[in-house]
Amino acid sequence: MGFDEIQKKLAEKYEGTVATSDRAGDPFITVPAAKIVEILAFCRDDAELAFDCLSNLTGVDAPPDDLEVVYHLFSYSKRHSLTLKARVPKSNAHLPTVEGIYPTANWQEREAYDLLGMIFDGHSDLRRIMLPDDWVGHPLRKDYKEQEEYRGMATTRPSLLS
Amino acid sequence: MFPTIKGQLPDNIVTTKVDDVLNWARASSVWYLLFGLACCGIELMQTGGPRSDLDRFGAVFRATPRQSDLMIVAGTLTYKMALRTKILYEQMPEPKYVISMGSCANCGGLFQLAYSVVKGVDKIIPVDVYVPGCPPRPEALTQGLLKIQEKMMKEKFARRAVA
Repeated sequence: MGFDEIQKKLAEKYEGTVATSDRAGDPFITVPAAKIVEILAFCRDDAELAFDCLSNLTGVDAPPDDLEVVYHLFSYSKRHSLTLKARVPKSNAHLPTVEGIYPTANWQEREAYDLLGMIFDGHSDLRRIMLPDDWVGHPLRKDYKEQEEYRGMATTRPSLLS
Repeated sequence: MFPTIKGQLPDNIVTTKVDDVLNWARASSVWYLLFGLACCGIELMQTGGPRSDLDRFGAVFRATPRQSDLMIVAGTLTYKMALRTKILYEQMPEPKYVISMGSCANCGGLFQLAYSVVKGVDKIIPVDVYVPGCPPRPEALTQGLLKIQEKMMKEKFARRAVA
């Protein structure tokens, strides 16, 4: 199925889905964050869509006030793919985990949490995956402030030129 | 280094200082810790390989800090790895030496503005020789090893051991 057909199918079934196809890069569908589990379950189980693979889950800081989670789906049987996006406000960055639908989301949600700090409610093991456990802050956020030191190691090196 | 005393001793006996012979033995068997952290690790392997062959200077790799005299920090050091690096350094027996290999290990290099990269290995452990380059060629690292050997030969090892 092409993007337009998939988009139509989702729009008929779910309110609040917005398709964007006029930008550079892959077209995507923005969906309400609260419904993401329902929508992904439908995408996986529907016979026509048959998205059996979550090939990527990642996060984006969407200035000024939002965080965005991007879901890249792929169907091995139908050979088509789809990009979904869900937005949450930075002040209350909670959205449900999709681990129950695609188990591979476990680590990828941990990565998004580690670097951007959105909370995946219901996740079985939401710890940092790359940075040390005692790291302060989420470094891929635009408003991230680097600490002066980490465990006694200074994070700056004085310039030899000044 | 080993002068013979003409006429006083047979020609097959040489005399020397304890320091010199100990240092000669140490400098001729610098065993380095396998510690490739990034792309410099590949160049480190090349340096140990047959073409440039660090083994001809008596340097062979060891896969454990307990048997190593020299730590060659080859690559980008992250804060997460820095804690492990310090533990590995502390596990090496004295006397121990450190070569900081490549720009990343020297000062953070290309990645020095990244949030996760240590701005130089010397922030956490003492460094004896800095080898510049991105990555340094095997010749450069070999010269770094020769500098370590020079340093060893100048040390008063016997007295240091007593103190």
